[in-house]
Amino acid sequence: MPEFYVYILALILVTGLLATSLNLVLGYGGIYQFHHAVFYGVGAYTLALAITRMGWPAWVGFAAGPVVAAAAGALIGVICVRLTRLYFGMLQLSLGSLLWTIVLRWRSVTGGDDGIHGILVPAALQRVEGAYYVILAVVGASLVALFIIVRSPFGATLQAVRDNPQRCQAVGIDVRVHQLVAIVIAAFFAGAAGALYVVLERSVFPNMLFWVLSLEIFVMCLLGGWFTFLGPLVGAGIIVALRTVASRYTENWTMILGTILILLIFFMPEGVMGHLQQWIAGRRRTREDAYV
Amino acid sequence: MSEMLRVEGVSKAFDGFRAVRGANLTVARGSIVAVIGPNGAGKTTLLNLITGFLKADGGRIVFEGEEISRLAPHEICRRRIGRTFQLANIFPRLSVFANVQVSVLSHQGRSRDLLSTAARLAVRDTTAILESTGLAARARHLAGVLSHGDQRILEIAIALASEPRLLVLDEPTAGMSPEDTAATTTLIRHLARERGLAIILCEHDMDVVFSVAESVMVLHQGRTLVQGAPDVVRQNRDVQDAYLGTIDA
Amino acid sequence: MVEFTALASQVLVGLSRAMILFIVSAGLSFVLGVLRVPNVFHGSLYMIGAFSAFSIATWLGGHPAGLWLALLGAPVVAVAVGLVVERALLSHLYQREHLMLILFTFGVMLVLNDLVKLVWGPDYRSLVAPPSLQGAASVLGISVPRYNLFLLFVGPLVAAGMWFVTAKTRIGRIARAAAVDRDMVGILGINVSRVFSAAFMIGCYLAGLGGALVAPTTSITLGMDHTIIIEAFLIVTVGGLGNIWGALVGSILFGVTQSVGLLVWPQFAIVFPYLATVIVLLLRPTGLLRSVW
Repeated sequence: MPEFYVYILALILVTGLLATSLNLVLGYGGIYQFHHAVFYGVGAYTLALAITRMGWPAWVGFAAGPVVAAAAGALIGVICVRLTRLYFGMLQLSLGSLLWTIVLRWRSVTGGDDGIHGILVPAALQRVEGAYYVILAVVGASLVALFIIVRSPFGATLQAVRDNPQRCQAVGIDVRVHQLVAIVIAAFFAGAAGALYVVLERSVFPNMLFWVLSLEIFVMCLLGGWFTFLGPLVGAGIIVALRTVASRYTENWTMILGTILILLIFFMPEGVMGHLQQWIAGRRRTREDAYV
Repeated sequence: MSEMLRVEGVSKAFDGFRAVRGANLTVARGSIVAVIGPNGAGKTTLLNLITGFLKADGGRIVFEGEEISRLAPHEICRRRIGRTFQLANIFPRLSVFANVQVSVLSHQGRSRDLLSTAARLAVRDTTAILESTGLAARARHLAGVLSHGDQRILEIAIALASEPRLLVLDEPTAGMSPEDTAATTTLIRHLARERGLAIILCEHDMDVVFSVAESVMVLHQGRTLVQGAPDVVRQNRDVQDAYLGTIDA
Repeated sequence: MVEFTALASQVLVGLSRAMILFIVSAGLSFVLGVLRVPNVFHGSLYMIGAFSAFSIATWLGGHPAGLWLALLGAPVVAVAVGLVVERALLSHLYQREHLMLILFTFGVMLVLNDLVKLVWGPDYRSLVAPPSLQGAASVLGISVPRYNLFLLFVGPLVAAGMWFVTAKTRIGRIARAAAVDRDMVGILGINVSRVFSAAFMIGCYLAGLGGALVAPTTSITLGMDHTIIIEAFLIVTVGGLGNIWGALVGSILFGVTQSVGLLVWPQFAIVFPYLATVIVLLLRPTGLLRSVW
């Protein structure tokens, strides 16, 4: 397969993992995680800094990425989780933006505006194919883990918390603890996606922590269908593929993305997978169990 | 001591509006106590205070000898006090089965289990509760599309999953058809008699109140007027004045 | 250590910048309060205001009056754009949940961003202030750019105008009532849809005005929408959602901390206002002043 397609496939997998991690808190948890990209950026910069500034072996940096991201998730989560939806989102947005400004300006450490490029990864990963297989393995394992979590009692409880936090409290569920755990898990996998991005592109940029990327991930979840497990992956795939194709013919991909988003909100807010599910359910014509 | 719950002089104000001021209530083990009062009397506020959704400004709430006034709602549930809500408060996007199962899993301490498959857990316990409340036939239906009466019963089923010793029901028969009301009344009596549950019942339907309650507490403008046997309360002059003829003599 | 006149001078600069932030944030807060719409493309209108000011001034050949006309005319362009979007699309979405509104307005922001690129090209532009506002004046022994003094005059003017409109005019009172209880206002026979449109236009005007006013002070670029909108949202949250005076307080906090930051630690100047925002939100998550929500 031509190297370019392998690269795109790898990019879809990485972005898909990022979107799926957001959906754990957004679609399953009902939490307004407005600045999920922060954890992605933290994971990526951790790996980048580990290799370039600290001289750690790549695999240590790779393991550190998700862990540091999860720690950031724990910290931000603990601070924000006591607030209701909208204010949770705003506080997270402010914390994430603060981090973005620091990364943007701390030129000596993070490379500032330009980011860090040409990060040295192990030889095996320097060819796109090598990177692809690692990415495939890690993303595959991550998606399996996330699926297990969604199907677990924790996942069921999380969805209940999404639908009716008050009722949950009345049956003995500590809502905040569950939300916090969900945020930490989501941050972990977002950090993993960030580290994988570095493996693929061998660069990091401050934009990985910018609020625009956070909303773009939202769009992927919406496009794919955020009440389904595979929705975000599908959404990510569509967006990455479209962006690649569109960029060949036009400079105005941004406008196309915006138009797609607007059309989506008007005509298909349940997303591609959601629409598919409804179509299938309609054909069976019974009231299905709502578990994913 | 057969006294299970004691509410003493509890008060709660919202921005200056005193919703509850000096409410008293005693609930004996295994008994059914009804709380009645005109609209706006503070009944739901009182229930919210007992179950921890609101913190009282003054007074005490003692359950089984332990003061519970300062506990969070989920901690109160852990003390075996369950409740239902005035507006049908279920999980609309989950199936009837899942609605009850979430509660069972929480009671079994498994709500933080990340590895097992939820669908296979607690099936027996969940099914038992569904059967005892008559919802087993609709186990796979989406809770959001149930009839109003069935949703209120589902409310009770969810609360039962926590194996409470005291059940607080906020207007359980509101908006129900006569058949559903009769079924619910039978269920309430069964729970108290067969399972030994103490029940606090907040109700407007006087027929229900006088057919199941062993003790009636009348709340008026946030204050307890009287608590006693139904017939005694019915004759009470203050109560009659407060209700202005709402009680059927 | 920092010298007094340098500090005072920087604070004044910060205050002037705060005035622009206030004008933009007030518009965002007003729309948020009345329509309950978190308008992400508010920043795009700001950018359109700046680019339009440039075009108007250029079209009038750099004539001094032209520069004034640019400042007055550019916000009208923003209103026109906003009106089209509101009538055609946004007005159908008022009942949707906030997340959808955020995503919708984000989509519009993306579209407008590329539209601006198509119309004006990717290069940055610049605009000079009207001659009467160029140069510096001496205030209490401190040299202050005349344009900054102008901004310090316009800011409170806008604040007074907003106060007057919301407190004293009929439409302002209706808008405030609609913010609290939309259905009730409708029942009273008032055309809520028109009130919302009017309120939205006010918001758009302020966004465009902010952009036009900032144009002579900085380079007009395509990234303007991204940075201003996050700042405006944070300022609005810090001040209290829907609270115009809160927007003023938040803007001053933001503007002054950034200016002082420039003096104290220039490399990290931009960090200061964000840090201040975080601190405020940690202590008072719902904002410093009362929010409408």
